[in-house]
Amino acid sequence: MFVHGFKMISQFIGDMKKQKLRCFLTMSGITWGTMSVILLLAFGESFRIASMKNMSGMGNNIVVMGGSRTTLPYKGLPPGRYIQLREETVSLLKDYIPDIGYLSPETQKYVTLSIGPQKQNNNCVGVYPGYGMLRNLFPQKGGRFINPLDMENRRRVIFIGTQISEKFFAKESNPVGKILMVNGIPFTVIGVMQNKVQNSSYMTQDKNIVFIPYTTCRDVFGAKYVNRIIFKAKNDVDTPKIKENIHEVLGRRLGFAKDDKDAIWMWDTTEMTQFIHYFFLGFEAFLFLGGVLTLIVGGIGVANIMYVSIRERRREIGIRTALGATPRLILLQFMLESFIIMFIGGSLGVLGAWLIVTLFGSPALTGVQVVLGKPVINLNIALIVATVLALTGFAAGWSPARNASNMDPVRALEF
Amino acid sequence: MISLNNISKKYNMGHVTVNALGPVTLTIHKGEFVAVLGPSGSGKSTMMNILGCLDRPSLGEYLLDNTPVHGFSRTKLARVRNMKVGFVFQSFNLLPFATAYENVELPMLYAKISGKEREHTVKHLLEIVGLSDRASHRPAELSGGERQRIAVARALANNPDIILADEPTGNLDSKSGAEILNLFEQLHADGKTLIFVTHDENLASHAKRIIRLLDGKINQDYTQN
Repeated sequence: MFVHGFKMISQFIGDMKKQKLRCFLTMSGITWGTMSVILLLAFGESFRIASMKNMSGMGNNIVVMGGSRTTLPYKGLPPGRYIQLREETVSLLKDYIPDIGYLSPETQKYVTLSIGPQKQNNNCVGVYPGYGMLRNLFPQKGGRFINPLDMENRRRVIFIGTQISEKFFAKESNPVGKILMVNGIPFTVIGVMQNKVQNSSYMTQDKNIVFIPYTTCRDVFGAKYVNRIIFKAKNDVDTPKIKENIHEVLGRRLGFAKDDKDAIWMWDTTEMTQFIHYFFLGFEAFLFLGGVLTLIVGGIGVANIMYVSIRERRREIGIRTALGATPRLILLQFMLESFIIMFIGGSLGVLGAWLIVTLFGSPALTGVQVVLGKPVINLNIALIVATVLALTGFAAGWSPARNASNMDPVRALEF
Repeated sequence: MISLNNISKKYNMGHVTVNALGPVTLTIHKGEFVAVLGPSGSGKSTMMNILGCLDRPSLGEYLLDNTPVHGFSRTKLARVRNMKVGFVFQSFNLLPFATAYENVELPMLYAKISGKEREHTVKHLLEIVGLSDRASHRPAELSGGERQRIAVARALANNPDIILADEPTGNLDSKSGAEILNLFEQLHADGKTLIFVTHDENLASHAKRIIRLLDGKINQDYTQN
């Protein structure tokens, strides 16, 4: 019996080989469906991760603020006055608003960087040591960011972006300890920024900037005002509440009404993070819907092909039953056939998706990966997709196959 | 031996029941050469379907070699067809994607005959019908006459006692038709029971016994020489 069953199966496979086109068409439906759903989800997820990562390039949940113009009268003073932030403002915030965590002023100078004959006009900012944490400025191996001692001693040290490093220093050499002239004044390089992806900024990307201690900047280049103040709330503290407090505290000292929200501009990236969060919630819902719809379309396609192919083969079924094939054997042949087609089709789909994802992850496409991320196949999803499609095809094949096997050979032969 | 006892077949066409055949009582002995004749609509196709166990009668008794097959399940009928009846159709009904060899082999696969025996029998049968050199050809690569000869070989695959042929020369030119007829004469000489269903008087003239159907009933049943 077993030997005979094996012979039958090889016979079925032989029959399938003779109907290559039909099998190929059915198979391609499943392959396509499986592949597209897996790819859709793989790329969607990697895009989300990459975007989240790129978002934090400028800093996680930081608030950037600066002086602007008043819009309300205050203690007899007319609106339209300019409000300027100073270094004292920073200590004021530190003292009055304990919920603020990292905090740093930012004084921006346009300077000439040079080593020998090589020159470049560039942005240079004077900052506190905490700035590195605020802006995710991490030093490459062997370097460091500005520290409190640099501040205290007003050291002429400089932390440089990767582009600057590439411009002034040979690729393999370590710039740390070397001298970079800023407006003709020698500064010692203490660190080079680690590469990061940054998709938002207000001057230029950090890789094009040089950073020096705030105190050094003030003393060497002069800094009556600070251009901006950057801070971050301590963990689990509401940023909106802090912003409210800032208006109140600074209003008293700098002379503007606490309701005058425009006297100081603030860019709260937590709002952005929240937006991105909701955006991706929607995005994922969309992907899920897209995946489900694709699956349904693929399933219908598979069902259709199975149904049509079995209808078209009624005559074949008629011949087989007339010659003595039992209904069970016919059913067995058709179900086994659809199972083999589903299995190979699904496997090819998973394989195809894997191939594309692997190709996409190749180093040649680093540029695209920055935006889209490196897609990764979720094996569970792949399995679910392949199974759903296979079951759909199977279910779709079942009823016409059963009807066909139960048909009187006379009727089947009429087709 | 075939024995029909008050067999009739009715079809339900919506609200109307159409009596396609019968009641018919008929006995055909082993080795007879019978032609069932009649105009279209006379019930001869229905008769052939019931004789070949392709269809079940609505009423009546059908004894095939003393076995009552009228109440058989589909599965049992399939076995009967497989072992006891060989079919030759007007439109050949070969599997288009299978070779001549594979088409002849098919009934033996269903009969669970071993590979060696199958090979032996197929070669032998192809030789009988004179198409040994066409074994690996698909039906589309064969002429009409060759296709029908393959069909005859297939009908003989499990060495059945009864060969049922439905207008076997209907789609053939006269030369091929004559060749097929020759084959049948030979089978008759070998002791097979041959039943032709046809409206072709010329073809029927080769048979020994003529059964004429009219409106589902036997009109005439006589032996000729």
